[in-house]
Amino acid sequence: MNDMTPIETTLKDWETDQEVRWCPGCGDYAILKAVQRTLPQLGSDPANTVFVSGIGCSSRFPYYVESYGFHTIHGRAPAFATGIKLANPDLDVWLVTGDGDGLSIGGNHLMHVLRRNVNLQIMLFNNEIYGLTKGQFSPTSRLGTKSPSTPLGSFDRPAQPCAFALGSGARFVARGFDVSKNLPDVLKAAHAHQGAAFIEIFQNCIVYNKDVFDDFAAPKGAEAHQLWLEDGQPMLFDGGTKGICLDREALELRVVDVVDGDWQAAGVIVHNVKNRSIAHMLVELPFGAFPMALGVLYDDPRPTFEAAVIEERARASEGKEANLAKLLGKGQTWTVSGTAADPV
Amino acid sequence: MATQTAERPADTHTPEAVVVRFAGDSGDGMQLTGGQFTLSTALAGNDLATFPDFPAEIRAPQGTLFGVSAFQINFGSRQINTAGDAPDVLVAMNPAALKTNVEALKPGGLIIADTGEFTKRNLEKAKYESNPLEDGSLARWQVLAFDISALTIEAVKPFGLGNKDALRSKNMWTLGLALWMFDRDRQPLIDWLEAKFKNKPEIAGANVAALNAGHAYGETAELGGHLHQTHIPAVEHEPGLYRTVTGAEAVSLGLVAGAQLAELPMFFGGYPITPASAILHHLVRMKEFGVTTFQAEDEIAAICAAIGASYAGQLGVTSSSGPGIALKTEAMGLAIMVELPLVIVNSQRGGPSTGLPTKTEQSDLYQAVYGRNGDAPLPVIAASSPSDAFEVAIEAVRIATQYMTPVILLTDGYIANAAEPWKVPDPKSFEPFPAKFLEEKNAKDADGNDELLPYRRDAKGARPWIKPGTPGLMHRVGGIEKHVETGNIDYSPANHQKMTDLRRDKVLGVAVPDQEVALGDETGELAVVGWGSTYGPIRQAVRRWREKGRKVSHIHVRHIWPLPKNLGELLAGFDHVLVPEMNTGQFKTVLRDQYLVDAQSLTKTSGQPFQIAELEAAIGKYFDGIEGDEGGEVPANKAQLPEPQSGYDDGTLKGHHP
Ligand code: SF4
Repeated sequence: MNDMTPIETTLKDWETDQEVRWCPGCGDYAILKAVQRTLPQLGSDPANTVFVSGIGCSSRFPYYVESYGFHTIHGRAPAFATGIKLANPDLDVWLVTGDGDGLSIGGNHLMHVLRRNVNLQIMLFNNEIYGLTKGQFSPTSRLGTKSPSTPLGSFDRPAQPCAFALGSGARFVARGFDVSKNLPDVLKAAHAHQGAAFIEIFQNCIVYNKDVFDDFAAPKGAEAHQLWLEDGQPMLFDGGTKGICLDREALELRVVDVVDGDWQAAGVIVHNVKNRSIAHMLVELPFGAFPMALGVLYDDPRPTFEAAVIEERARASEGKEANLAKLLGKGQTWTVSGTAADPV
Repeated sequence: MATQTAERPADTHTPEAVVVRFAGDSGDGMQLTGGQFTLSTALAGNDLATFPDFPAEIRAPQGTLFGVSAFQINFGSRQINTAGDAPDVLVAMNPAALKTNVEALKPGGLIIADTGEFTKRNLEKAKYESNPLEDGSLARWQVLAFDISALTIEAVKPFGLGNKDALRSKNMWTLGLALWMFDRDRQPLIDWLEAKFKNKPEIAGANVAALNAGHAYGETAELGGHLHQTHIPAVEHEPGLYRTVTGAEAVSLGLVAGAQLAELPMFFGGYPITPASAILHHLVRMKEFGVTTFQAEDEIAAICAAIGASYAGQLGVTSSSGPGIALKTEAMGLAIMVELPLVIVNSQRGGPSTGLPTKTEQSDLYQAVYGRNGDAPLPVIAASSPSDAFEVAIEAVRIATQYMTPVILLTDGYIANAAEPWKVPDPKSFEPFPAKFLEEKNAKDADGNDELLPYRRDAKGARPWIKPGTPGLMHRVGGIEKHVETGNIDYSPANHQKMTDLRRDKVLGVAVPDQEVALGDETGELAVVGWGSTYGPIRQAVRRWREKGRKVSHIHVRHIWPLPKNLGELLAGFDHVLVPEMNTGQFKTVLRDQYLVDAQSLTKTSGQPFQIAELEAAIGKYFDGIEGDEGGEVPANKAQLPEPQSGYDDGTLKGHHP
């Protein structure tokens, strides 16, 4: 987020005249709407906002947002975004990527943009499949995913986006899903964070990987399997009847029943967004035995990369004058007058 | 100590030019010795050219053949264009250095060798069966061998260093002797040593003592014999301020100057690679000029970040060498598609793949001109010498920003590392070319309302540069084919045809100065056409044949793509066209394709620059009256190359575990 004067806009102001080319019913539509709804609430200025993406279904996103947009090449959006932020740190840059784009071909760049802590909002749309290339399994596909390239089911172990982000040094890690009414709040928290803010957004690819997230992300009826985290609040779910406690012996999280709302008695822990150890446990919670941890899992800012670059440039230039003639004539020189050379 | 103690001749030698080659172990500091000798030569007013020749391994095992590092300098009282074919003097710090370099020495040339290093073990490592200093095998040359190691230890004794540290000053001892041999002032070097080791006075003292001792050794009367003091008078240079410059420095300075002329901050994205890293190292020290440097996670990120910076309104620059350029290729296609300025510097090295990382070659010309998916044209220009690289870099920035296009600037390992005297240019002598950004909508729609057309072109075929952050000009760009004016996604057949044509025409329309003849007449029997770092040897070889009255001209092409408009016509004025290149004939193919001219190749891919004699011989074939005896290939000169045994394939050294 930038210290810019808030601009008044409406959702309509963020829509382009471009025909949206996602499949009807794709989760991307809901995410687009959530973003377009959030931007006016943030007071964002379309002229100062840049959406940068790689390649894939999700990466078509910039074409549909009335701001500056750069649809780049497969996997490399983090590098482009880094260059943009270093050239103009005042721009508000949103990065849109997918599980294939961000974790397969672009895994390296994603790692480095996170560890450097470039001030961006990074939305990774995770649909656990390659959509645009017609349905091959992706690095987040679950074991056994049947796809055109794995007719007998996939057998390589999936990556976990939030664990990857945290392991890469991210200082903000959050989760949401396409049709969630809480998604704008997650986006706002990401925007408020100074530094690289990583948001995994589960997204339903209704054509190639339909409803794989329904257990926790169905439009209705899956609430019991959602653990919405809030800073300073107990980790409760399933209408407050269940909670998460820390087994201090085994050093792992457990699900406990909460009787009559007495979460303290049940030993339910309070979410602290700055607790990196708990964050590591939250990103690894196996779904099924546990609910899906959603919302802001971790948020503990550190100085941004661009601030460090600017500071270093200032330090390196201190007391130096940008005089080109002097620069060219630097070092040991000599003057030729006629044929004699005199060292100077 | 000297193996010969003949009377010192009274007359001093004054040749026009001398070639000296310093060779030693990579740990012996030969590059530093050569660099400092170069500086003293420049200060003495000689013209010069250098050729640093070092192994790919950082610290190859001591004393081995593949660990030899050499530095050659050619200096004289006339114009010097090359580092010289064959050395007159070889300084060999150990048996391996002698073995790998002696064959190149001129017959009758002088060998200065450190007997202290000609131990049994070192002789074995260099695969000598007997000591060449003693077995008569060096009879073709003059040998001056003495125990430089012991003399150095003796000289630095007062500083209380251990033998190992004391021996580090050996190169300064040798340098002191060389300075005496060529009648050079020691003071600038003493000043430099004292500044460099400001915080380690004992090291500074030891080095200065070694330098003085080497110098004094030359002076002592009982020496003599092969060792004479030689004075090379200053060359007649145009009056002005001079310095020495390497190609990597000149490119960096030219990029900064170009950005200033374009009135743009510069963003440099790089990734460590030999021999291109030097540019990154220079630019990090020029931040007061609005330079941001970014060492990226890989070559791809380096170029992508540079394109991102260009998109945001800075001058994006990236640099690498062949393998790194290959990785950047896809991103270049995007820069061509979104039509943003970008300068890509390729310091070419021997290829393919990892190839010869520290050796020079010109084999990335196809890659530069043709090497991308789709019809993806971009301008390509090449520097012909270290000092020429300055102007070429400015030219690259000018083309990139005026035509909204990525530009490839080709240099090579030779240009990047070699130094030559450079008349410091006056920045005011360059015409500024300020970059313009679109501030408001540039068109009217059917109803007469203001409209933004991000791909509407100017007379040069360039689209407007629009910085994000500009109110009212929000738009989207990307790598998908876009509508000819709106830039919106447009896959329609007619549109793609049109956009392909427009991208091609824009690049073909880049204003390129007419090709001039570097040396000789505009017509004749033979045109020797070069590009890049072959300038020096071609010029000298052509000069020699012209002095013999032959109708041969040297044409050196800077603009590889698009080619100068008059080049075809110019070539048609010659009976024959010979294209010497350090590759298998790439530019020759381009010329044949473009002009249907019967250009012949002279190729060399030994990792070493052309020698004047090789070119002279090749040119001579056109005048020997033998039908069909022209063009060809220069056989690899083994004597110029260290033994090709190396460490492990991944670059680590045998018996060396970091
Ligand atoms: S393929 Fe899947 S992810 Fe892509 S647009 Fe269609 S539904 Fe959405």
